[in-house]
Amino acid sequence: MARMKFLLDAERCIECNACVTACKNEHEVPWGINRRRVVTINDGKPGERSISMACMHCTDAPCMAVCPVDCFYKTADGIVLHSKDLCIGCGYCFYACPFGAPQYPQAGNFGSRGKMDKCTFCAGGPEQDNSEAEFRKYGRNRIAEGKLPLCAEMCSTKALLAGDGEVIAGIYRDRVVNRGYGSGAWGWATAYPSGT
Amino acid sequence: MLTKRTKIASGGTRLAKALIGVSGGAMDRRTFLRRSGIAAGGMTAASALPFGMVQKAESATPAAGAGEVKLIKNICTHCSVGCTVTAEVVNGVWIGQEPSFDSPFNLGAHCAKGASIREHAHGERRLKYPMKLVNGRYERISWDQAINEIGDKLLEIREKSGPDSVYWLGSAKHSNEQAYLFRKFAAFWGTNNVDHQARICHSTTVAGVGQTFGYGAMTNSLNDIHNARAMFLIGSNPAEAHPVGVMHLLKAKENGAKLIVCDPRFTRTAAHADEHVRFRPGTDVALIWGILWHIFENGWEDKEYIARRVYGMDEIRKEVAKWTPEETERVTGVPGEQLRRVARTLRDNRPFTIVWCMGATQHHQANNNVRAYCVLGLAMGTIGVSGGGTNILRGHDNVQGATDMGVEPVTLPAYYGLTEAAWRHWARVWGVSYDYMVSRFKDKKLMETPGIPESRWFDGVLEAKENLEQPDHVRAMIFWGHAPNSQTRGPDIKKAMEKVDLMVVVDPYPTASAVIPDRKEGIYLLPAATQLETDGSRTATNRSLQWGYQIFKPIFEAKPDHEIMYLLARKLGFADEMFKNIKVNGTVPVPEDILRELNRGALTIGYSGQSPERLKLHMAHQKDFDRTTLKATSGPCAGEYYGLPWPCWGYAQHKHPGTPNLYDTSKEVRDGGLNFRAAFGVEYKGQSLLADGVYPKGAEIQDGHPQFTYGLLKKLGWDKDLTEEERRTIEEIGGDNADAVAWSYDLSAGIIRVAIKHGCAPFGNGRARAHVWNFPDPVPLHREPLYAPDRQLVAKYPTYADKRQYRLPVLYKSIQDKDFSKDFPIILTSGRLVEYEGGGDETRSNPWLAELQQHMFIEVNPADAKRIGVKNMDDVWVFGPENNAKIRVKALVTERVGRGVAWMPFHFAGHWMGKDLRSKYPQGADPIVLGESTNTVQTYGYDSVTAMQETKTTLCRIEKA
Repeated sequence: MARMKFLLDAERCIECNACVTACKNEHEVPWGINRRRVVTINDGKPGERSISMACMHCTDAPCMAVCPVDCFYKTADGIVLHSKDLCIGCGYCFYACPFGAPQYPQAGNFGSRGKMDKCTFCAGGPEQDNSEAEFRKYGRNRIAEGKLPLCAEMCSTKALLAGDGEVIAGIYRDRVVNRGYGSGAWGWATAYPSGT
Repeated sequence: MLTKRTKIASGGTRLAKALIGVSGGAMDRRTFLRRSGIAAGGMTAASALPFGMVQKAESATPAAGAGEVKLIKNICTHCSVGCTVTAEVVNGVWIGQEPSFDSPFNLGAHCAKGASIREHAHGERRLKYPMKLVNGRYERISWDQAINEIGDKLLEIREKSGPDSVYWLGSAKHSNEQAYLFRKFAAFWGTNNVDHQARICHSTTVAGVGQTFGYGAMTNSLNDIHNARAMFLIGSNPAEAHPVGVMHLLKAKENGAKLIVCDPRFTRTAAHADEHVRFRPGTDVALIWGILWHIFENGWEDKEYIARRVYGMDEIRKEVAKWTPEETERVTGVPGEQLRRVARTLRDNRPFTIVWCMGATQHHQANNNVRAYCVLGLAMGTIGVSGGGTNILRGHDNVQGATDMGVEPVTLPAYYGLTEAAWRHWARVWGVSYDYMVSRFKDKKLMETPGIPESRWFDGVLEAKENLEQPDHVRAMIFWGHAPNSQTRGPDIKKAMEKVDLMVVVDPYPTASAVIPDRKEGIYLLPAATQLETDGSRTATNRSLQWGYQIFKPIFEAKPDHEIMYLLARKLGFADEMFKNIKVNGTVPVPEDILRELNRGALTIGYSGQSPERLKLHMAHQKDFDRTTLKATSGPCAGEYYGLPWPCWGYAQHKHPGTPNLYDTSKEVRDGGLNFRAAFGVEYKGQSLLADGVYPKGAEIQDGHPQFTYGLLKKLGWDKDLTEEERRTIEEIGGDNADAVAWSYDLSAGIIRVAIKHGCAPFGNGRARAHVWNFPDPVPLHREPLYAPDRQLVAKYPTYADKRQYRLPVLYKSIQDKDFSKDFPIILTSGRLVEYEGGGDETRSNPWLAELQQHMFIEVNPADAKRIGVKNMDDVWVFGPENNAKIRVKALVTERVGRGVAWMPFHFAGHWMGKDLRSKYPQGADPIVLGESTNTVQTYGYDSVTAMQETKTTLCRIEKA
């Protein structure tokens, strides 16, 4: 069985935000909710790098561990999903998540949190695949259609990879090899900062 | 803890916090914008957005048991890379977007704009109906009323002031068919006052490169960059302007190619470069000569290439000798050692490609800049080879096509110019008499005189009448797909907009034109459809044509541009003549017919072989084309290059495969090979302008030769290869002087066919010109900007004397003579954001994009910010040196810009010198995000050849608001 993963190649990400808007487009995510976002470090300085972040669908997912109503579940492909019917919007998962993935629509006048929303790896939720109910709550279910997450499929530079961990690791490995050895190798400057 | 509210959208996540720590506490742009989004502006926008969008899609989701899902292909409307957009459509509703893996250009990829393009089908902020300004408010009117009232007013102006008093400003957003029709429309109206965005985008490139090599276009393609061993980018930031193009650059980089980025800013592209050369804005020529100095000094140039294929390199050597490392550093600020390293990298990594964009072209001396880059490529022998070339990335999705279609004041379609011969050629194609065309104009002289360029239309309104070389002022202004905030001198534009009798905006959005002027009446807004709502071809930056299919029917009351042109032509009384060869369904001209007509006439640049049938076949078989060579390896298009990149010689039946790389002699002409064009004569001052022993593979003339004419064919004895019909056509066109009929005027395309049969390029085989004697600076010279920061350098490198150009006086020296540097100490430049495009009305109306960039800002170096007393995210006033112009924006303090340099994006509008104009938009059609336009404070300055505006080097003062 495949183990679904995201992999972000920071040597390629140019912070174009296609992943962000592709996600909005595919799932009709409303203003203020960002299932995916791009973070830039060392902005405007040598060494500037960007990474696209969303739910990483952890193996030992902290959100699952802390959820008081146990609304999370994991698919056979290793995708972490949740039930919005069970979710009580408590925000525990937000504290637990190291990536800031859980999002909460502000539903009322007092900034009260609504049901948690996050990246589904384009795999919908517990409802019947591609039903209207599923679309309303979680957006499209591309996995059920035999497709991969749209953010990665539309990435402008193919920096964001999504799919079977084995396959995308292979693609990434090929790139690293291509980039060469010695001072051309990826990560060389990190390992040997003096530039030797 | 759970009872405590958390502002989720503020980015208060662990990761973001941790990463802010990593970057030393400085704020990155994203955090900056996200945080500033919490401020009032962002919340207003958010609350203005109901969840309507969600509901709309729910009812249309395929699960709702609708109909069959149809996949329809069109082309992204946001930049010139030409990404295919694949739409899932059910019952006419665009419900989803799939990646277009088959396209050799984008391989499924999109940037933020392409990935959110489906929002156009929602179009909540679109201009929905024809509207008219009545007593200061926009009121809905019918199409009939709009066309009638506009037409009557135009005819009245024509009667009193002549046809030149109406300015037709076209668009790089039009399809080829619409752009061609628009140029034809202006001709039938009787004026050359017609232009479009190319004027302020790459006009200097088209003129400069065209006069150097023969054609003013990108020579190779993004895909061909895979073959480059080095990439030299100057004034180009594809990470924001052409993100999908970066995929191809990174592919080359991973194959070992070196990436060199020359830019005053440390751009997002520079972040991925091997070498970033930070230089002072406006010193491109000095920088290139500084690099060439090392090359010539060490003898690294390609001497054989220069001897055989280049004219005038010796003149260049004399100028370059002056640019010692010391002098170059004094002018550009770049250390000699770095430039020596760059020169060595270029020597060791050939072929290298040269890439430039608007950082290079938007200067008052930009024709010099672009020619200097060409000279660098020529000196190193990298022009006309795969992996080399000048890969000039165009801006809008069809700015290449609209330029080719001659939506310009200086030429008819396909660069024929405005000579009598050109008019006769097109009259022949259009099936009208030459005398009829003359009768449409004020006189024959104005018919052959270039019109006013788009960059200066408002000077045609404001300049004293005695200074104008036309009968009267511009009195009616037609903005047909053009944002006014992309032009400099905002206050002068406002004044002109208030002075004209009539303003018409034809656009999917109201644009800033609707709100900038303080008028009570005299503005009409007509809703145009986007390219997603119609059929037609568009030309990508690499000269490939792609056919897009209608994804959804025009929404609300929008109409496609060609239909609006027909309606107006009918009202103005020339529709019958204008649409002689073009079928009109009801009131909608058929795009395929328009393309067929332009195919017939556009021989000069080989826009003649791309019939609608061939283009559609290419779209249907995208997957057959190689991702690097662009050549189809199997299927019905086998042997052809994707999108038949022009020149695609002859007509469709001649089956030319298109030309993937210009001037590449390693291929036969019939397979897409070429040589430099012999467009400048055979000799100049005793020196030959024809190539010396260089020729395309398989050519029967193995040396330089002039362009083909009927006479030349006869001399060679090749005229016997012409068919009877071809001969008859040529003799009919030529009349008494048939021998002089050149390949580009021969409507049988027989001369082209025979030349190629013998392996020769129809346009002759000449040398590239390093020395362009017909330009103000034959050898490109460094000239200081008009608003110059350093008086000593002005003394040594002054600008031009004031002169006249394009029916108007133009100032140089009289501006540069004044010292503004004391009151305006910071150099101001401008550029792109990835989320927005052009004037931004379209993209700022798209919530998926608008959410990502909610505020106009100015990038200020920390040292300058400290001196001014400004902190990150403070509101500041930016003052410009003309018209007491000032704008209120947020400060983004960052090392991205160097000391003494500030940068602003140019996509914003809707605020005017501190005032929010939201209430002036037609109800419900205001973009989600508004902001000040950088061009409100941008200043005077026009290229000495093309009147390109100067947006990249001026001066400003920043104060805390």
